[in-house]
Amino acid sequence: MSEDTLLSASRLTLRFGAVPALVEVDAELWPGEVLAVVGESGSGKTTLLNVLSGRLRPQSGVVWYRDPEGRLHDVHAMPLPALRALHRSDWGFVHQNPRENLRLGVTAGGNVGERLMAQGSRHYGRIREEAIGWLRQVEIDADRVDDLPRTFSGGMLQRLQIARTLVTHPRLVFMDEPTGGLDVSVQARLLDLIRSLVSRLGIAAVLVTHDLAVARLLAHRIMVMQRGRVVEAGLTDQVLDDPRHEYTQLLVSSVLQA
Amino acid sequence: MLRTDSLDKSFTLHLRNGLRIPVLHDVNLAVHAGECVALTGPSGAGKTTLLRSLYGNYRADAGHIWLRHDGAMIDIAAAPPRTVVQVRAATLGYVSQFLRVVPRVPALDIVADAARGLAPDVARARAEELLLRLNIPRRLHALPPATFSGGEQQRINLARGFIGRHPVLLLDEPTASLDAENRDIVIAMIRAAKAEKIAIVGIFHDTTVRDAVADRTHDVTPLQDAA
Ligand SMILES: Nc1ncnc2c1ncn2[C@@H]1O[C@H](COP(=O)(O)OP(=O)(O)OP(=O)(O)O)[C@@H](O)[C@H]1O
Ligand SMILES: Nc1ncnc2c1ncn2[C@@H]1O[C@H](COP(=O)(O)OP(=O)(O)OP(=O)(O)O)[C@@H](O)[C@H]1O
Ligand SMILES: [Mg+2]
Ligand SMILES: [Mg+2]
Repeated sequence: MSEDTLLSASRLTLRFGAVPALVEVDAELWPGEVLAVVGESGSGKTTLLNVLSGRLRPQSGVVWYRDPEGRLHDVHAMPLPALRALHRSDWGFVHQNPRENLRLGVTAGGNVGERLMAQGSRHYGRIREEAIGWLRQVEIDADRVDDLPRTFSGGMLQRLQIARTLVTHPRLVFMDEPTGGLDVSVQARLLDLIRSLVSRLGIAAVLVTHDLAVARLLAHRIMVMQRGRVVEAGLTDQVLDDPRHEYTQLLVSSVLQA
Repeated sequence: MLRTDSLDKSFTLHLRNGLRIPVLHDVNLAVHAGECVALTGPSGAGKTTLLRSLYGNYRADAGHIWLRHDGAMIDIAAAPPRTVVQVRAATLGYVSQFLRVVPRVPALDIVADAARGLAPDVARARAEELLLRLNIPRRLHALPPATFSGGEQQRINLARGFIGRHPVLLLDEPTASLDAENRDIVIAMIRAAKAEKIAIVGIFHDTTVRDAVADRTHDVTPLQDAA
């Protein structure tokens, strides 16, 4: 693991029966860097994200995380409470379906404030203020703070999820198709939001997407997956403009412009 | 500042039965600080391919691309992606032929975001100054360039390329969609950059521009298809 990697995975392998979801996958991430994972449906992207974040155990391979004090942790050998604490503080997870991450019976403000409380904040007024501040950052009107998520549109739910995730100032965010299922104009708005938040807050991210234009816009580096393997990886514009692997060439040529 | 050493580049098109297109062979190019070298050669010869290789956008098959970065010589052809990102931030600027628009980001921000080592308000002031110099009226500064004309977009692109004052600047047809007045402004900007000891490699189809800015030319000769 080189000097300052935030996350470093080597030789991750996970098969579901005969399905090779991950085969000998290596990945590294440095602070402040955005890494995109692209590939067709079923290529192992979500599985990789789950394994990197400790939500799913690989059959072999290891994931190292370096905490702010510089200590290394083997993500899959950590005691569960320690891993949970990481997910509450240093890490964030943005699901493709925001309903998986949000508490639908709790108000928008509560959804955002809850993460702060889980971190130990107790001052109610300050939590509410910060929640409203984050709703504003993700362009949700402050007067929606007491509304339940089920009264929100899909794009608003996704933005609410992002506010809930970023409120604790994570150093590392895992995102699974954060703009999937949204119409194009909402997507553009959300992408712009993610782009500016990530660069302003210096957040590192692993971003799973099947949309090469999203990868180009947000990611410094890109990994191309096919049947559980990384077939090509490198600088985003290099891989997209000068793809070498047959599968990457197919992927790039199948879209109008990325 | 920049020197290539026996650079080779070909493309292998897997979707066309592995057709191999050799484009660059044994390219040796050296550019010094304050110098402007124009790449010449017929259409399809590989000028853009060479320029993109210098930027690390295309991967060289063999050879080296030595660049002075942060007091040391670094080989772009062998550098890991993270290093290339750092080199582009600090040393290497690039103006592509067309602007790639980012949804929702205003023209002024696109330019200001490309500034190097300036406080945000200074960067914005400098961006505004550059846009005005390139005849982009103030009313357009706050708009995303998606709806701008080709020439306007290209001038946003130029402002973005020049605001960074990178020690090495790569220009692909920077005046292609500009009228004569704007073309002359760009000529003046390139000359000013040279006076600041910036090394420039450019492709200029317009011979007026080339004659006005280039110290010498480097001919890119078409290779025979090996397929
Ligand atoms: N829990 C599981 N049990 C059995 N098979 C699984 C399981 N999770 C994933 N798989 C299989 O592993 C492969 C990789 O799945 P994964 O969800 O990682 O794909 P993906 O790249 O995220 O695809 P998509 O773009 O469709 O979300 C698929 O063939 C999938 O059916
Ligand atoms: N990304 C790519 N993938 C495959 N082939 C490419 C790629 N980029 C360039 N080429 C091929 O390389 C050759 C050189 O193209 P290049 O764009 O470098 O020419 P050029 O000298 O800039 O021409 P022009 O003056 O028309 O712009 C052409 O045959 C082109 O098709
Ligand atoms: Mg998935
Ligand atoms: Mg060209």
